[in-house]
Amino acid sequence: MSFHFRPQGRSSGFIHPLSSEITPRTVYEGRRDLLKLMAGGAAGAALASFAGREAFAQATGPHKLALLPGAKSAVPGAQTMEKLTDYKDATSYNNFYEFGTDKGDPVKNAGTLKTRPWTVEVEGLVKKPGKYGIEDLLKLSAQEERIYRLRCVEGWSMVIPWVGYSLAELIKKVEPQGNAKYVEFVTLADPKTMPFVGSRVLDWPYTEGLRMDEAMHPLTLLAFGMYGEVLPNQNGAPVRLVVPWKYGFKSAKSIVKIRFVEKEPSTAWNKAAAQEYGFYSNVNPNVDHPRWSQATERRIGDGGGLFAKRHKTLMFNGYEAQVGQLYAGMDLKKNY
Amino acid sequence: MNKLLMHPAAKPVIFLLCLLPFARLAYGAFTDGLGANPAEFLIRATGDWTLRFICIVLAVTPLRVMAKANALARFRRMLGLFAYFYVVLHLLCYSWFDMGFEWAEIAKDIAKRPFILVGFSAFVLLTPLAATSFNRAIKAMGARRWQMLHKLVYLIAGLGLLHFFWMRAGKNDFAEVFVYAAIIAVLLGWRVWNYASKRRPKPSAGVRGGNSSEKSLRSSTG
Repeated sequence: MSFHFRPQGRSSGFIHPLSSEITPRTVYEGRRDLLKLMAGGAAGAALASFAGREAFAQATGPHKLALLPGAKSAVPGAQTMEKLTDYKDATSYNNFYEFGTDKGDPVKNAGTLKTRPWTVEVEGLVKKPGKYGIEDLLKLSAQEERIYRLRCVEGWSMVIPWVGYSLAELIKKVEPQGNAKYVEFVTLADPKTMPFVGSRVLDWPYTEGLRMDEAMHPLTLLAFGMYGEVLPNQNGAPVRLVVPWKYGFKSAKSIVKIRFVEKEPSTAWNKAAAQEYGFYSNVNPNVDHPRWSQATERRIGDGGGLFAKRHKTLMFNGYEAQVGQLYAGMDLKKNY
Repeated sequence: MNKLLMHPAAKPVIFLLCLLPFARLAYGAFTDGLGANPAEFLIRATGDWTLRFICIVLAVTPLRVMAKANALARFRRMLGLFAYFYVVLHLLCYSWFDMGFEWAEIAKDIAKRPFILVGFSAFVLLTPLAATSFNRAIKAMGARRWQMLHKLVYLIAGLGLLHFFWMRAGKNDFAEVFVYAAIIAVLLGWRVWNYASKRRPKPSAGVRGGNSSEKSLRSSTG
């Protein structure tokens, strides 16, 4: 008796193709147009313009943003099984002070942000500095889907499916020199398109930084999308950082510059209130914020709404197994 | 304006207006219309309205004196009690939604965090004012002692402002705090100016002798 049985489905070990091997949905959906053109005999000229059609890159998803699919990431810790935060909450409850200090301000005001053209300058102690257009960055490495917890220092958290690749992929390409100990990230600060740059809430441009080993960690994500589409403006379009084991303000948005430096860079919230926001800002239920405890957090969108119980905050936001060794021997109360 | 305020419907109308913020918050809570973090929204909104009602109460006397609208005095007790109503809601929202009614944790918070200690003190001080707001209390205490107790509202306003300031200091976000501070400064400053201007000797008191003594009898306190 011969058996022609091929296992299907996620749990049965079926190997998923790489995203680069899957026909992009836009091409697949445009195939009938292509056939019509060919039938009409105008194939030659039409094919050329068809292939160059912007529409290929800009087929949109359910939220009217360009699709950005990512293959399921195999990085350990990159796929939490918790319930995803609603897209509506994740994109309308944001801290992006360049667009206002209310949580609802960024979604209202970030429409003026221009995400094309966009360049990220890589400079400092690297052998291959340069200017990277966003189109080049998108293609630099395979896009992955990573489902991370995001914990805000204010005491709330979300679960978000990001799309991007490890920052390490970019760092490897630019070849940091031996004395590059830290990486600094600079957010756009354009008063013409960001109405609150000019308010005295923070020093502009917004800067953040990581130690080199933190920046090289596979979990540190250079993110271009969320929920299968490109980032909405209010979430830090077109490219941002996501460091899931640190408080959310470390995950700089709308990055325009990545600098490799020798000394620990000064960071926006540390400049604003040094005794409250440290350079490391690792999520830590045992180290209180001066104003409130960090032992628990409110998970946005939890069933029960107002009456939902707060969650216990986990050490390193639940990524202790993956990042704990970076801080072995460090006094985390002093290096908050 | 005085006539309008003396109308029998004035008090119930103003009562309903004062209840409106609460109604909107309750409706929002039950229809999930308070955004992604409804607990934080409620704690913040009830705090905002407490501060606003304290400002409104402090505005009654200056308005009454300057607009000569004595009828405003009828509403001061109700407005003050609404400030207490919103501070109780604020405390309830914090105890319930933030702290799950865990009293040990709440006590620790009050002891450990200055801005919560200050806020809680303001609530503790406002309580005897609410408790002695009815007429029998005024009779039992006597007008002078009652007035001195109720002057505590000036300190309470300052504590409320400090509570708000320290909360916002964590986000470096002082714009709203400064607006309330400016309003309260004007309202308290008016009292200083009013007190100082009454102390000044009146010019040509000899010619208008009778009139000036009548004026000083009718001068108001607080």
